[in-house]
Amino acid sequence: MMLGKVIGTVNSTLKHEALKGSTLLLVQPLSEALAFKGVPFVAVDTVQAGVGATVLVGREGGSARMAMGNDQAPVHAAIFGIVDFVKDQKIK
Amino acid sequence: MFVAEIIGTVVATEKDPNLLGITLLIVQPLDEERLPKGSPIVAADTVGIGVGELGLCTGGREAAMALPKPFVPVDCAVVGIVDNLDVEREKIS
Repeated sequence: MMLGKVIGTVNSTLKHEALKGSTLLLVQPLSEALAFKGVPFVAVDTVQAGVGATVLVGREGGSARMAMGNDQAPVHAAIFGIVDFVKDQKIK
Repeated sequence: MFVAEIIGTVVATEKDPNLLGITLLIVQPLDEERLPKGSPIVAADTVGIGVGELGLCTGGREAAMALPKPFVPVDCAVVGIVDNLDVEREKIS
């Protein structure tokens, strides 16, 4: 898992059956100092994170499918949680 | 998962039997500003997307799960047609 910041949304009406009804968010990976690091990617949201939220995100299929509750979903990344503190550094 | 632009198609008659009937596309991964990022790759199509459109792609083992048969030698698949990729700069500065 890694830290990420939700920077945008991805809308897709015509998509794979298993993805229907799921929210797709654009996540920017963060370093431990919460700086932007790496290329943004798309993740399925399972915790209703809004744009601008700092989130806990996994980029591995098995856990993403588990978070979605559908082990046949073609999903490779999912948001597992919204982060409040990192090393007693309050997240605005 | 990433957003990519469909830039071409691949036709291969001699191929793994499991790949029969699967449309192969060339996709160019994009970053959040829709600028090309990284090199183009070949992806299997599962939603009937056309060249020039923006596709939502899944990599790894899950790409094969998007296809009718589960055990298919595919490591990238287009699983959605992106209508809108919206980056809200003002909320993340």
